[in-house]
Amino acid sequence: MVRTQTNTHTVRYDCCSTWSCLCIYITRFRCFSSSHFLSTHLSPPPLSLSFSADGNYLLSCGSDKSLKLWSVSRGTLLKTYSGHGYEVLDADGSYDNSQLCSCSSDKTVILWDVATGQVTRKLRGHAGKVNCVQFNEEATVILSGSIDGTVRCWDTRSRKFDPIQILDEAQDGVSSLKVSEHELLTGSVDGRVRRYDLRMGQLHVDFINSPITCVCFSADGQCTLTSSLDSTVRLLDKSTGEMLGEYTGHKMKGYKLDCCLSSKDTHVLSCSEDGHVYCWDLVEGSLMLKLPVGKAVVQSLSFHPSETRLLTAMEGRVQVWGAEPEETEEEVVVVQQEKA
Amino acid sequence: MASDSDSDGDFVTFGTPLEPLEEDEPLRKPVPLYEQTVKDEKGRYQRFHGAFTGGFSAGYFNTVGTKEGWTPATFVSSRQQKAGRQNARPEDFMDEEDLGDHGIAPRQITTTADFASGRKDVIRDKARAITSLSAPIPGDTVLEDLVAPARSSMGVELLRKMGWKDGQGVGPRVKRRLCKQRADSATRAFGSASPPNGSSESQDEEDGEFVPENVTFAPKDVTPIDFTPKVDLHGLGYRGLNPLAALRGGPGTGHINLFTMDSDRTNSLFGEDRKGQRRRGGVAGQGFGVGAMEDDDEDIYHRDIMSNYDTVLGGEEPGNGLYGWTAPQQYNRKKKDHSKDAAYLGKILEGFTLASDKLETKTIFPPPNLPRDFRPVHYFRPVVDLSSVSPMVAQALQTSRGHMAQEEPSKGGRHQLDSAQRRELLGEATLQGPSSVFDLLKVEDRERLSSLRRPSSDTSSGPRQPTPGEARAAVVAAGVAAAAARASAQKALSSRFAPHAEQQQQEALSVWSGPTAQAQTGQTFKPFERTPHKQARYDLYIDQLKQGDRDALELSLDPTMTEWERGRERDEFVRAALLYKPSSSSLSCRFTRGKQDDGVEADTVEVTRDQENDVDDKQAAVKMKMFGKLTRDTFEWHPDNLLCKRFNVPDPYPGSGFVGMPKVKRDKFSVFNFLTVSESPTASASPAPQGVKPSEPGKRSRWDVSGQAGDKERKEKDPVSEFLSVARIEASGSGPEASTTDGPTTDPTVEPDTEQKEEEEEEESRPSMDLFKAIFASSSDEKSSSSSEGESEEEEEKEEGVRSKAGTGPQISNQLNVNTTQPAPPVSTTPSQHPDILFKTPSGPAAAPPPRDQEMEEEEFGPRLPPPSSTLTAERRPSPTPSAKDDKHKKKCKEKHKAKKHGKHKKDKKQKKKHKRHKHKGKQKKTKKEESSDSSSEGSDGNGQEEGGGVSTEELLRRLKSIRGKNLQ
Repeated sequence: MVRTQTNTHTVRYDCCSTWSCLCIYITRFRCFSSSHFLSTHLSPPPLSLSFSADGNYLLSCGSDKSLKLWSVSRGTLLKTYSGHGYEVLDADGSYDNSQLCSCSSDKTVILWDVATGQVTRKLRGHAGKVNCVQFNEEATVILSGSIDGTVRCWDTRSRKFDPIQILDEAQDGVSSLKVSEHELLTGSVDGRVRRYDLRMGQLHVDFINSPITCVCFSADGQCTLTSSLDSTVRLLDKSTGEMLGEYTGHKMKGYKLDCCLSSKDTHVLSCSEDGHVYCWDLVEGSLMLKLPVGKAVVQSLSFHPSETRLLTAMEGRVQVWGAEPEETEEEVVVVQQEKA
Repeated sequence: MASDSDSDGDFVTFGTPLEPLEEDEPLRKPVPLYEQTVKDEKGRYQRFHGAFTGGFSAGYFNTVGTKEGWTPATFVSSRQQKAGRQNARPEDFMDEEDLGDHGIAPRQITTTADFASGRKDVIRDKARAITSLSAPIPGDTVLEDLVAPARSSMGVELLRKMGWKDGQGVGPRVKRRLCKQRADSATRAFGSASPPNGSSESQDEEDGEFVPENVTFAPKDVTPIDFTPKVDLHGLGYRGLNPLAALRGGPGTGHINLFTMDSDRTNSLFGEDRKGQRRRGGVAGQGFGVGAMEDDDEDIYHRDIMSNYDTVLGGEEPGNGLYGWTAPQQYNRKKKDHSKDAAYLGKILEGFTLASDKLETKTIFPPPNLPRDFRPVHYFRPVVDLSSVSPMVAQALQTSRGHMAQEEPSKGGRHQLDSAQRRELLGEATLQGPSSVFDLLKVEDRERLSSLRRPSSDTSSGPRQPTPGEARAAVVAAGVAAAAARASAQKALSSRFAPHAEQQQQEALSVWSGPTAQAQTGQTFKPFERTPHKQARYDLYIDQLKQGDRDALELSLDPTMTEWERGRERDEFVRAALLYKPSSSSLSCRFTRGKQDDGVEADTVEVTRDQENDVDDKQAAVKMKMFGKLTRDTFEWHPDNLLCKRFNVPDPYPGSGFVGMPKVKRDKFSVFNFLTVSESPTASASPAPQGVKPSEPGKRSRWDVSGQAGDKERKEKDPVSEFLSVARIEASGSGPEASTTDGPTTDPTVEPDTEQKEEEEEEESRPSMDLFKAIFASSSDEKSSSSSEGESEEEEEKEEGVRSKAGTGPQISNQLNVNTTQPAPPVSTTPSQHPDILFKTPSGPAAAPPPRDQEMEEEEFGPRLPPPSSTLTAERRPSPTPSAKDDKHKKKCKEKHKAKKHGKHKKDKKQKKKHKRHKHKGKQKKTKKEESSDSSSEGSDGNGQEEGGGVSTEELLRRLKSIRGKNLQ
């Protein structure tokens, strides 16, 4: 089924509640409007992507030392945040979209004001590249993981420039970091996934035996997803550390590539070095979709927090993928609704 | 208001008179009140009173506003224009009226308070007047008085308010006698002259006669000190030609009396006029003639009489012109003063008195005598790295440095020193008599003490302690015989130098005197670096060992030490020598590089208390995809309080002093990290200390070798059996080795068996089962280990061959575990109390939940404890996906239950089930419960067995298989 590209790509996502339906949708993923996302990151590829908390905006950061904010629905560049001295490696938005934080090879973490584009705070302290950065739920703490093996917790409330706490348990660089309500999940190159439980005051270390590239919490908060350089994505039970699923087939040998879960925890998605995005069924572990993005390495991907949309980054291009509607009529209806 | 015009001169008129009333004019309407206004001369409305004089009839209709409203005149918006702060003066709030003649701040020249004429400060005047007598120009101060305004100070004003009057003294009113004394003291204090002839005294006495008893008087005023500066350049007390005498003439004669004092004048100033003193006005004297107005007809042509001059040298009374007229008056007329002044031979200057108290002389201590060879230049002794020089040189250096060297490392303060060191520092002699308390005790008491001390003592007593390492070594090497040996060793505890110690010494000697040792010149490892003396002794010992000296040990020990200390050191030295013998790679492979390099000075390292489990195990587990308990470690971790606050989470460890992982200070190169070597002859391998992680590559090789060898079989075997077999191979591998080398000659470099070590450690760390049973008794026991037992039977056959090869390894190890765990550390032991326990067991303080990894290990190898956290969380946990996938999830669960049933009944299918998904959250609870009950009951069994003497291999197998079953699900 060939379709023309439309800017109104709204789809009935509510019918995705059942698994089979989503399956179909995913198999019909297509790039709907990647052209207008040909970003001004031009030659330097975007290194990391993330949706804002509500999914209306997306944030791309790249080796042009800047951070760019896009509108997902219109595909327009909203703002560029420049102030880093080297390539920007990761960025995150606060829950209320009022603040951004980004980290860079220049060893700094910057807290931005979204509206003005001004640097609110520049946090120095890491001894090396800062790989990952994340707000906590209320954007009161910025957590940043660095190649120096530490995770630093920066306070955004106080004027102190020293981190609240330095988590130096990792024996190698921290490559990935996720924060939930009261937990902090870090993946390290030393092949361990560490989960700091603030409520219990415990640190759980899961040994994976291969450098971790990305860690995620599942949406229900019961599982963790880890991708490692042995080209495997593993779904681990959070509380016991037992492996619930193992997803292979993609290629992840050298790059720090992302993986993620779909918004409803039904699928596992991972970047691959062969230019595809792999999508597995979470329960079955079978490969559901091999989404061709391009020829180069898919650098980063991010799944929309509520809808069936996927962001991919490859070679200076950010693409938003959406599920194709089943029926043309439906789409028309939706468009009309939008116009009305 | 109304005033009679007739008597104008007598009255003061104020205001404007009413117009004269005229008859024919019609009566005017009375002016209403609000129209009755007063205007000033300029036609402006006159206010009756200004805002500052009590009224409010200001501004706009008696408000402070204007017609437009009230706006401060100086208001400047601070937003656009940050106006500089303007200081408002009082004048800003005044108007012309206030500034007018009758206002509150009249603008005209008036005398201010400073210049207002008030009462003069009489006291000061007096003081001035007194000094003015001595001034070159007599009327000097009078001029000043005329010019300078006087203003009494606040103190004077206050005094006046309180009823003080000028001329009185300050203080309570006194009776006559006191008053007189006061006066005396006052004169004395200020050195003013008392009346020469005692005229005033007589007066006083006269007064006292008629004064009644009950009348009090104000105290006499004190004469103030005049503080006018000395502006001339004369010497103290010098006055030059007395101008008074010159002008007034002497009292008696016309001769210029150079020697007359002006005390009369002073007296007059003090209000005591000399009666009958004749005063002459006018100018009189030798140089002047007699004027027409002169009354007296004095002999104007004065003839100087010779009697005015001294004709004889000396023989005159002192004070009679010895110092000229400047000589101060004599005060010794008073008897009171006589004694005091008599001591003073010279004259007292005016204004000065003799001090009543002798001035205390400052004692000045002479500087200490410097030793002859003292050199005032300090030079720094070169710091020599002891490791780089030969032990002899090091020793020499140590001794040459003497006390300085000792002070340097005493970072821990004096408490770090032992008694011998302190004694040395203080330069005390060795005490006679029994050197130790132990010597006073009976033998059996001593024994009992040492046995008591053993569980909790520090590692220094390691040798006498049956450590796990020792125990295992014993197992591997000699089996049951070792136990007997240890028993005998315990019996021989009182005599610390059991034969085996001798053997060890011999061994050390043989090792160190070998060629490799000789080749190795520089000693790299210094186990006693913290105490330089000890290290020096150790160096000496090693040095003598190298030379092949048999008495090396005895020679190197400090003879001044107590017997007990010497015995301790002897053991340590021998053991250290054995461990750090040259060319042994056993140590190097036990160290990983420090995360951050501390300075050389830092002799302790902060090590996280809880250490990760063996990586090899985990790697194996990962290879077998047995994620879960094997790959997971759980540590106690303390988040920062602020971090908790930011995350809206209560602090899990409120009041904990630290942040992060609990840390333990440990010696960097402490011999105690390695001193777990047994005292038993089978001194094989010591378990790697917790602080150092075994290096991976060294151990990997073992795994790899066995892995490569049995690669194919392993693929067919199921993971657990494989796991077991590997363990067996390991055990058997190290077993024979140890047994062949047998006894003291055992190579300490033998790789410790990782599996067993694991067991040992976790076995030891666990408190005794009775404790757990006491706590968790209710939840335990219903026990249905049917499945695992079934498996075990099956597996046993498979393992039979391996086990036979491995010999009695596991069995005995278990048995020994029983022994080692005997003094189960009470749960409440805190790290500070028992550092030793901490060293080996990663058990946290009682308050903290037990570390998870321990728990897991226990599940595998021992009776399972009811896990407080995991089960709870499992039960609490909601289903992963809420409504939408509920039914689906149920289905899955059902499937899994089915699968489990299969697992129970059809055991032959077991192997295949490896490939099944293990998402089994619902089921997990159940299995866990089963297992826990199962294992706890087993534990009770095991406990009984343990008391009996050992755990069977079947038991072990069954436990292992229970894990396997779990993992397979």
